[in-house]
Amino acid sequence: MTALLHAESLRKSYQVGRRSLFRKARRFNAVDGVSLTLERGETLGIVGESGCGKSTLSRLVLGLSPCDEGGVVFDGTPLPGQDTEAWRRLRRRVQLIYQDAAGALDPRQTIRTQIEEPLRIHGLPLERAQKAMADVGLVPAMGSRHPFELSGGQLQRVVIARALTLNPDLIVMDEPVSALDVSIQAQIVNLIQDLQRDRGLAYLFVTHDLSVLRHVSDRVAVMYLGEVVEEAPRDAFFDGALHPYARALLEAVPVPDPARRSRAAPRIGDPPNPAAPPPACRFHPRCPFATDVCRAERPALRDFGGRRAACHRVEELSQ
Amino acid sequence: MTLALVGESGCGKSMTCLAIAGLLPKRGRVAGGALRIEGRDLCALSEKDARTLRRRSLSSVFQDATGGLNPVRSIGWQVAEAVRLRKGATRREAQAEAVRLLGRVGLPDPERRAREYPHQFSGGMNQRAMIALAIAGNPKLLIADEATTALDVTLQAQILDLIADLRESLGMGVIFVTHDLGLVAQNADRVAVMYAGRVVERADVADLFAAPRHPYTRGLLASLPERQRKNERLSTIPGTVPTIDALPPGCTFAPRCPRASERCAADVPEMALGYACHHPLTPAPAPVVRREREYS
Repeated sequence: MTALLHAESLRKSYQVGRRSLFRKARRFNAVDGVSLTLERGETLGIVGESGCGKSTLSRLVLGLSPCDEGGVVFDGTPLPGQDTEAWRRLRRRVQLIYQDAAGALDPRQTIRTQIEEPLRIHGLPLERAQKAMADVGLVPAMGSRHPFELSGGQLQRVVIARALTLNPDLIVMDEPVSALDVSIQAQIVNLIQDLQRDRGLAYLFVTHDLSVLRHVSDRVAVMYLGEVVEEAPRDAFFDGALHPYARALLEAVPVPDPARRSRAAPRIGDPPNPAAPPPACRFHPRCPFATDVCRAERPALRDFGGRRAACHRVEELSQ
Repeated sequence: MTLALVGESGCGKSMTCLAIAGLLPKRGRVAGGALRIEGRDLCALSEKDARTLRRRSLSSVFQDATGGLNPVRSIGWQVAEAVRLRKGATRREAQAEAVRLLGRVGLPDPERRAREYPHQFSGGMNQRAMIALAIAGNPKLLIADEATTALDVTLQAQILDLIADLRESLGMGVIFVTHDLGLVAQNADRVAVMYAGRVVERADVADLFAAPRHPYTRGLLASLPERQRKNERLSTIPGTVPTIDALPPGCTFAPRCPRASERCAADVPEMALGYACHHPLTPAPAPVVRREREYS
């Protein structure tokens, strides 16, 4: 069986600064050679800090921006160009949810109208909206309200319901719970997991929050300055990351247990400007283990028994 | 000491800080109560005296460091200004002190950096500059209101280390406002949990995490993904936080509380023994074993 989603060597660059008569505009690679595979019903968590390209990646996967190089294959067929008929058909099966639920909704339309909108676009029966609302725990009376009358958690439910109306196979979630308070965050995380179990959804779950990721994902991919530096099954990753950056990320997460205090923040300095990434291994200026080879050569993503890492010194460091 | 003020959005933690710092928005005022800094009640002082006392003894760091700095003045000038205002130093002394402070908060090459402007700094560097500005004149109290929320985790850990380090070397008290219980566990000595405008529980950090007495505190702790076994459903607090204009009578948490009774809907529980609840949870049967706090 083919994978639900396969992305091969994706590259996307953006222009920085203005072009002038004498100078070509500088470009930087927001996503630089990223390959991923996602199976049906699986959750792949993508984690990284700001500017690492995780949101650009989610746009590429949806075909919302064209990639410069590489390509996305969805369920065996290459992703067609944006705004073609084929793309619209495929977009029924891939949906997007992102952090700002209030921004994703029209303040002047009722909740029901907005949940029904994808059905109207695709000419499908509107009754499906009722089912979607029930599935996310919204009572039918909510349908006649407007977004400003709902709380943040409820708005995120509306956005999820809207994504569900088309019975997608894959939902790309870009920081879906980051803006929510912990008690509400837990409600939405549970909802997301219940829906996956009931409907066999696959998730590409993009976040900076490792504790949520640990809870929801089957596999984890760590991005740094446009590259995937490590990819591993969830448990293997949280038991011990291979890449020094992934380790620093894990160490930096504050553990909610006063008995396990650590006062040793990973001393890795400030992140570089993503528009001007360092050469060779992009992590070397911050890496406590960098050697000459790290400053000279870009490490390839290598396989280590079911997990991949892009670091020259994995073997030495894991001893 | 570090006191953490923790709660969900809209619970009043930022307003509390603004009230302490005397920065309440125009329409807000302190309606009652007392605010004592080293025994002197700010609310009883004249506005001018209160300002002087605040200027000498407390300062704050907020979430948006880049927005908090003046874009058309150099970083060094801004820190020096704070030094002059708080200490009455001359321009030259203040400039030298500013460079020293910038070095103290871990900016490399402070001499050169002092001449640069906020747009030339990264978010983390701006937050360091804000901290340098805040510790100018050795305040007795530093209010850090979500000071690291906008930063990436690796950076956040470094800034928190810096604050802890400064607290010890300068002997400051820190009020640490956050919604992140992980940060509370890692950084606070004492914790005040706020809900809908009131402090509902106050405790030492070890006791609070080991044996919360207020059902809201327990609900918050239980909803953390870290505290669950993998693949299990997260425990949640049903319902949502009431808005400030529609607070329920009695205990504000009662509508969401699994232990609520009729009494909770009618009587506002008093704060006693560290919690404000009519039906507190019983403390853990075994005494809490407190580990030595790790200070390096």
